[in-house]
Amino acid sequence: MSAVVDEQGHHADDHHDHGPEKGLLRWITTTNHKDIGTLYLLFALLMFFVGGAMAMVIRAELFEPGLQFVDPAFFNSMTTMHALVMVFGAVMPAFVGLANWQIPLMIGAADMALPRMNNMSFWMLVAGVLLLASTLFMEGGAPNGGWTLYPPLVLQPITVGKALPFAIFSVHLLGISSIMGAINIIATIFNMRAPAMKMMDMPLFVWTWLITAFLLIAVMPVFAGAVTMLLTDKFFHTSFFNAAGGGDPVLYEHIFWFFGHPEVYIMILPTFGVASTIIPVFARKPLFGYASMVWATGSIAFLSFIVWAHHMFTVGMPLAGELYFMYATMIIAVPTGVKVFNWTATMWEGAMTFETPMLFSIAFVVLFTMGGFTGLMMSIAPSDFQYHDTYFIVAHFHYTLVPASIFMLMAAGYFWLPKWTGHMYNEKIGQLHFWLSAISVNILFFPQHFLGLAGMPRRIPDYAVQFADWNMISSIGGFIFGASQLLFLYIVIDTIRGGTGEKVSDEVWEDAGKHGLEWTLPSPVPYHTWSEPPLIVPTEHVLDSH
Amino acid sequence: MSTNTAYYIPHKATWPVIGTAGLMTMLAGFANYLNGSSIGPTIMIIGLVIFVIMLVGWFTLQANESESGMYNHEVGISYRHGMMWFIFSEIVFFAVFFGTLWYTRNLSVPWLGEGATKELLWPSFETTWPTNGPGKVGGDFEPMSAWGLPFLNTLILLTSGVTCTWAHHGLLAKNRDQLIKGLIATVALGFLFVTFQAIEYHDAYTEMGLTLGSGVYGSTFFMLTGFHGFHVCVGAIILSVVVFRSSKGHFKPENHFAFEAAAWYWHFVDVVWLGLFVFVYLI
Repeated sequence: MSAVVDEQGHHADDHHDHGPEKGLLRWITTTNHKDIGTLYLLFALLMFFVGGAMAMVIRAELFEPGLQFVDPAFFNSMTTMHALVMVFGAVMPAFVGLANWQIPLMIGAADMALPRMNNMSFWMLVAGVLLLASTLFMEGGAPNGGWTLYPPLVLQPITVGKALPFAIFSVHLLGISSIMGAINIIATIFNMRAPAMKMMDMPLFVWTWLITAFLLIAVMPVFAGAVTMLLTDKFFHTSFFNAAGGGDPVLYEHIFWFFGHPEVYIMILPTFGVASTIIPVFARKPLFGYASMVWATGSIAFLSFIVWAHHMFTVGMPLAGELYFMYATMIIAVPTGVKVFNWTATMWEGAMTFETPMLFSIAFVVLFTMGGFTGLMMSIAPSDFQYHDTYFIVAHFHYTLVPASIFMLMAAGYFWLPKWTGHMYNEKIGQLHFWLSAISVNILFFPQHFLGLAGMPRRIPDYAVQFADWNMISSIGGFIFGASQLLFLYIVIDTIRGGTGEKVSDEVWEDAGKHGLEWTLPSPVPYHTWSEPPLIVPTEHVLDSH
Repeated sequence: MSTNTAYYIPHKATWPVIGTAGLMTMLAGFANYLNGSSIGPTIMIIGLVIFVIMLVGWFTLQANESESGMYNHEVGISYRHGMMWFIFSEIVFFAVFFGTLWYTRNLSVPWLGEGATKELLWPSFETTWPTNGPGKVGGDFEPMSAWGLPFLNTLILLTSGVTCTWAHHGLLAKNRDQLIKGLIATVALGFLFVTFQAIEYHDAYTEMGLTLGSGVYGSTFFMLTGFHGFHVCVGAIILSVVVFRSSKGHFKPENHFAFEAAAWYWHFVDVVWLGLFVFVYLI
């Protein structure tokens, strides 16, 4: 309770400097990067539970063979919507929220470069998700042709009902939102950085977001173009994906994955940035190989543009295409390996402590590496014919998204919430949340490798009885994982409302001030920061590159 | 001349959420229309009106702030970053349709005319371009020739690029007369281009049998030229606003971001047309 009074007293001191507006209007019209960051993060958290609820429906139906709870079309709607909601509603916006909060703090900027557009990109996201969610209540239900929206399946009435144009326009709005957000981040990093901070002084989180923002601007219009052609093929008699008219449905797959592969790195590169920020603080060492981390990030981003057809090895490509995309894909393991070794080397002989953010980070390094290895297995084109469209791929990308992107988003929450709110979270419940999540995520996804290798196809509501045991185990893991996330929700609310009541220092974590500018600001961070850019910037994180 | 030394950070923005609501209403209306709902078009027009009101309101606000010297040099740099990356995203958008054209002509149409596809599905289909595919989707049509209106349009757009640069020289030399005349010429050429394109489309639909439904040739032709034509309209409207602001005495040699942004956009539209002329009409 005393912490709350402290916070109010603190705010009262700052009122001469444009405090926040009162009431609901503050959140609708805000241009403050911290407010917008909060909006993004809370919206993403909400969507995480919406998408999670859909996953629970999927796991409940798959608990036993046979059709128990939902009809097959609705089941397919759930797999489609779960993916779209998690990718475009939860993971991407959560990272944009972190970018909004952290980038100005980390580079000594007063705010984002284009604050009004920043507001608009958030509301465009909400508009896009509303259009998408509205399809759940339509005649014919939500889209159920898979999140990739492949033609000709997705153009057939049985698959879309009335949902298709809403889903397509939702993609347009989400694309506009992402592009505006990305432009803002690039302009902020290039133009708003404290003069004392050179490009190679920037924290890795800022670097990874700079590169991610470039990826976003380069590929979101590609997705927009692809779905626009779906729209005209469906409603305006064009033949882009119709062989009788000289078109080719495989073209859609090429265009989609030219967007789709960079898109998966859009979700993982900021994850790397968060890991590279957290691990050095708890290892009490500078990040190992700062410059190589920057170059590895750039290399991964570059490679993401030239490997897309490994998502479609079985489509009937010429042999030369299979071979090229196989070898190009394998090369990605090199810069990714550089990163994994750098994180490991950062921890080597470090004076490590294991607070919740660090636990999540270590789990990330281990489990993401496993997800990476299954990726390598599937990059081998002849083997991929066995894995394609089975639960093996489901296990693979969930390992790279859940214990990687989602875990590092959780870690970022534990790491920065004390800084943002001025309150410490409950470490005991945090660690409980970690162990429950880390164990159950493996119960959930590890058996799916076996299911996939044994030939269980993805996107089906029913399956042959030989898959029953592992599916039941996977579902039990899923239910534990889903329930455990309620602990995170509790911790976030509790921390905002005062947490343990312990007043956190400006550094929050021991010696964090050496690692980043944000820790030199007061806790909680005032509504306006860096109206004058800092003259000295910490270089601990880049020590070995100088 | 900017009088403000600090980076201007606005504190309350109402236009973004209004614009978002407008755009969402417009798209929801359009989607309803496509699903056969009779109120779709009305919802769409309401959304469009809200969106246009937002554009007018927001840009008026920005222009007034700029003219009252609230933006320093750094704010101008942020705006330039914004415009530059926006144009980059537009280039990527057009690249998708150019890529589609390339893939269709060099890969998918030839594949239809060879091997098992030909033997088993369409034995009589021979690979050609232009084509409406083995199913002759949309019926017989006559392809669009490069010489005639398209070539004339190329000359018109290239000239408009010159007049735009001439206007910029006028602005830099504080010659307002040259600025306004150059801009008016650019806008006029832009609308002339769109008019000729409308005539071209009219001919295609009424005399040549060439429609959006004419197989993959019609699809790529109208998608590429149609999106381009839409961008010419947008560019011409932006330039018209710049003409209006110039006539009110806005812009100075050292501070005229809106002019620059409009000119960049116009040159971008120009370059896309050159690509279209070569790859859609000529080759």
